Amino acid sequence: MKTEEFRAQFPGLKREVYGKPLVYLDNAATSLRPESVAKMQCDLALNHNANIHRAVHKLSAEATDIYEESREAVRAYINAKDTKEIIFTSGTTFSINLVANSFADAFIHEGDEIIVSQAEHHSNLLPWQFICHKKSAVLKMLPVDERGELRLDLLPELIGKRTKLLALCHISNVLGIVNPIKKAIEIAHERGVKVLIDGAQGIVHCPVDVQDLDCDFYCFSGHKIFASTASGILYGKEELLNAMPPFLGGGEMVGTVNFRESTFAPLPYKFEAGTQNINGTPTLIPALELLKQSREGEVKDALEKIKLFVYQALKSNNRVHLYGDPINFEDKIALFSFTVEGAHHEDLALILDKMGIALRSGYMCAEPLVNRMGCTGMLRASFAAYNTMQEAEYFISSLDKAIAMLI
Amino acid sequence: MTLQEAKQSIIEDFAMFDEWLDKYEYIIELGKNLKAFPEDKKTEDRLVKGCQSRVWIDSEVKDGLLYFYADSDAIITKGIISLLISVYSGRSASEILADDFSFVRTIGLEQNLSPTRVNGLASMIETIKATAKENV
Repeated sequence: MKTEEFRAQFPGLKREVYGKPLVYLDNAATSLRPESVAKMQCDLALNHNANIHRAVHKLSAEATDIYEESREAVRAYINAKDTKEIIFTSGTTFSINLVANSFADAFIHEGDEIIVSQAEHHSNLLPWQFICHKKSAVLKMLPVDERGELRLDLLPELIGKRTKLLALCHISNVLGIVNPIKKAIEIAHERGVKVLIDGAQGIVHCPVDVQDLDCDFYCFSGHKIFASTASGILYGKEELLNAMPPFLGGGEMVGTVNFRESTFAPLPYKFEAGTQNINGTPTLIPALELLKQSREGEVKDALEKIKLFVYQALKSNNRVHLYGDPINFEDKIALFSFTVEGAHHEDLALILDKMGIALRSGYMCAEPLVNRMGCTGMLRASFAAYNTMQEAEYFISSLDKAIAMLI
Repeated sequence: MTLQEAKQSIIEDFAMFDEWLDKYEYIIELGKNLKAFPEDKKTEDRLVKGCQSRVWIDSEVKDGLLYFYADSDAIITKGIISLLISVYSGRSASEILADDFSFVRTIGLEQNLSPTRVNGLASMIETIKATAKENV
């Protein structure tokens, strides 16, 4: 498949903004939606809408089947052992909050330690801050260096006798560097520490095999991989999920209910209280198909070329400072956060917006990391498989123009 | 120039440009030409809350008129505050309070800023109004 063919599946790419063709470079925030996903969601809402797992009627059976089919699609995609290990949530944020609460209830006591990296999105920082306050536990930080690379060498000494969990991103949404998570998991496991991987960006750019990684939890969002919004995933090892209490109480997650005491449904339903995203979650099926296509052949090669072109263009501009510049270029994804000397990131984002280019500016929900890099904000261009070299070139020339306007 | 004339002049300037990019260029020029603001006055109490970029507003009363001085680390924000200063600086408090500040909508500024900048713009206007109220 060629990029043009892949691109044709996303009607949003044909639109204009301010009379100029849209160049969408905010893919790390959310991907655009393909026609297959939008059509499926619409069809489910119009023709197969019923609450799942409950009623005996035909419509409910259809809705249940497609919902469970999407669970199997996710299981197969990340190579989990069993569909019991796939919990549907509203997104990465929900998945991490679920683990933070339920894991902590079962395993975190006063004086225990949780380690997070310096490069975490607020979604993988605040839930742990909350739990540490609640349980009088200690939050510890694994730093990154000047280039944005994880200081994995410091992990062994950071892990203490009371350390229970390491929460780490697969790829930082600011730095765009693939972290050595397999090695981190190994180091943690050797010392009896469980590991949660925030895979919100990782699932987009890396093949994920949870059995090979041996992570205890892997969280990601459907909306960054072309699926409907609010279709999130929590993968967890079965024995751990079984040992954790439910997060939310409500319908569908129960075994038998008495007025004072109840028993709970088996996995994965124990963690899926209330009516689920029955029209949205099944869109993971076509979305994962597209994600596979985005990582193969010409589509993949084209994105690699864009990555190299944008990297070299930004690096050769003396005014541009790029954050997230690993020694090994293979660890970099097509996501570039940078500042421009003499030009404010917000000014640049506003001008580029008027040129039709959608970028992100500011702290990007990772304030401690942006501060560590000595900034009060950055500009971020994040590419997807449907972006073209022509768009990349337009971005670079527009950036030059915008800088000239401001300086 | 009266307050009304100053507003009208800006509305006419903005009407000259068809493209928003050109309007931004004009705002950027205004920002670059804004009178220098002393570094030692960039203090926490002069910082306008609610802006994504940092904005400082200072004011003084001379012969019964209110004068505003401002700065920002972002040039477009600086241009926007310069627009406000050109209209509202050197006016009496009652004249400022009698105005409805609707010219920012007339020139399309509100509709063409990011939501965070719109909040910032509202905060700048609030600061000018609050200063006027204190000096009635």
